[in-house]
Amino acid sequence: MDTSLDPQLAVTKTPLVANSRSLDWVTEKVSTIVESRTPFWWWVAFLITSPIALFGLCCIAYQISTGVGVWGENHPVGWAWDITNFVFWIGIGHAGTLISAILFLTRQKWRTSINRASEAMTLFAVICAGIFPGIHVGRVWMAWFLAPVPWYEGVWPNFRSPLLWDVFAVSTYFTVSVLFWYTGLVPDLATLRDRATSRVKKFFFTVFALGWRGSNRNWRHYEMAYLILAGISTPLVLSVHSVVSFDFATSVIPGWHTTIFPPYFVAGAIFGGFAMVLTILIPARLLYPQLKDLITPQHIDRMCKIILLTGSIVGYAYAMEFFIAWYGGNPYEQWAFLRNRLADPYLIGPALHITPAPYWWAYWCMITCNVISPQFFWSKKNRYNLWVVFIIVMFVNAGMWFERFVIIVTSLANDFMPSMWHIYHPTWVEVGTFVGTFGIFLSLFLLFMRYLPMIAMSEIKIVLPESDPHYVAPGAHGDEAHNPAHH
Amino acid sequence: MIATEEQPKVYALAAEFPSASALYHAAEQIRDAGFKRWDVFTPYPVHGMDKAMGLGKSWLSAVVLFGGISGLLTAVVLESYPSLIEYQTVVHGKPTDWATVPAFVPIFFELTVLFSAFATVIALMVMSQLPRWNHPMFNWERFSRVGDNGFFLAIEARDPKFSEEKTRSLLESIGGHHVTLIHD
Repeated sequence: MDTSLDPQLAVTKTPLVANSRSLDWVTEKVSTIVESRTPFWWWVAFLITSPIALFGLCCIAYQISTGVGVWGENHPVGWAWDITNFVFWIGIGHAGTLISAILFLTRQKWRTSINRASEAMTLFAVICAGIFPGIHVGRVWMAWFLAPVPWYEGVWPNFRSPLLWDVFAVSTYFTVSVLFWYTGLVPDLATLRDRATSRVKKFFFTVFALGWRGSNRNWRHYEMAYLILAGISTPLVLSVHSVVSFDFATSVIPGWHTTIFPPYFVAGAIFGGFAMVLTILIPARLLYPQLKDLITPQHIDRMCKIILLTGSIVGYAYAMEFFIAWYGGNPYEQWAFLRNRLADPYLIGPALHITPAPYWWAYWCMITCNVISPQFFWSKKNRYNLWVVFIIVMFVNAGMWFERFVIIVTSLANDFMPSMWHIYHPTWVEVGTFVGTFGIFLSLFLLFMRYLPMIAMSEIKIVLPESDPHYVAPGAHGDEAHNPAHH
Repeated sequence: MIATEEQPKVYALAAEFPSASALYHAAEQIRDAGFKRWDVFTPYPVHGMDKAMGLGKSWLSAVVLFGGISGLLTAVVLESYPSLIEYQTVVHGKPTDWATVPAFVPIFFELTVLFSAFATVIALMVMSQLPRWNHPMFNWERFSRVGDNGFFLAIEARDPKFSEEKTRSLLESIGGHHVTLIHD
């Protein structure tokens, strides 16, 4: 839109790229990250994250070779850190798809600065998520039973089971995210191909750029393809966490059997995912100062607002669970919420004459991190203070992990039969595997930052004023820009 | 070696334009001059360029519809045939009849999306005639800025209205710089 025609729009809009940068500035700053020598800090970071990743893989190897008994899980707590970590990581992925798909459909142009990095984050988070259901089946060499192939004595998977829906949802989500991400990368890979100086780089970029040459006859199909991928990713991302929540909601366990789960899980996923986007982008922006004009404080401010919105939705969902537990009149459900989660040993427990819950601290960690901490984002001052933002998003990261732990473990540890109650503690193998997935995630992200353009160049160029075919350069005579043929 | 070295075939006559706006108006004039085999090259999709070039809406979406329908049908067959007909598995004593079809819906949806996504990307490749290893335009050294800030327009030699002199002066008259003959 030509904002120069509408003074009201012109005064309210802060430019999405700061300091009125040009097209070649964008190309230069983003490409040189990939083309220049590996910075010293990168090696330091990578030499920290990759041993952690390796340690996680060793824990997985130990667990597979010995058996699931090396974990602390036992009846009745059959799902614990494994599924907590699965839901945690898959939720993180959702912010990337929200940015790439939903913000695209809603014409939120500020997404172009952050969509590439967030989509990469989605892929790496889903890889980390996929590890856990894979290894928690115990006999991993039989994990292919999840796939609908009747090669083993005609046994088909149960298509009516939410666990199988999950297999389809997560694998579809990963595949579509890879396709979407790669489609977006092609024009930028072509830019890097055209700039490449060494034969090896030229070869690889030529292969992966697929011969892209910015032809408008190709852009026409490309834009339609991009729109469609965004259009189908939008319901997909909403469906993935809904299906994850069905794993719980369709069971009969008090604390799981809740109809509010799908929207509540989706809101929580976006909430936690945006926190992870900021966790990664705030340091990335400091390490590559040239990105500061592309990822501006305005972008961080908008992400904080989304965290505030989704955090408040999550807080509402927590409250609604309690209301329904009371209003529904099911004593088991009331027990699950009051005794297993809420009752602390100091205030609420004694006041209600209830023995405190064994995991009360986990519940209150969750409330503090997820409901209270984002409320600081009501203040604009806090949203523009990177330290405050970084500390709050760290709380949100922790809080979203605790949310899944609270849902899964507190509901299972004390269910219907008191004789079955069992307090769960993780072993070092479970802790090591979880920490290891952070190593995998961060190592993959460091590799991505180093070898691929972390800002979508061809997309961010569209938001520059000069990219508009009806743009009139400041100081230029109007007719000049409109009729270049006349002179 | 044979003495009569063949002259490389002319692919197109190309020109560079200083901005998106200049290229946009040049495209309008090439369209109005009645050329058919020509293209513009830009670092990003220029808004409204399809109209300036006289191109209609991409029909890629029709292919995706086909992909989505085949995904849905695959899911219907994949789930219904074993679960309702051939290998009914009773789990927890729950029914296996037609009333259980709603439980198949999540996978109907997922496979529809999955097949649509593959159809989108494959259709994009086929309709853009990609991937390809090389292209005559890459022989022009100025063209390496197409992914950076270069705006180019090329009229192919196989266009019936193409004439080396007339097309060259047309490109120059509409503001094209560095008008160059591109060889195969």
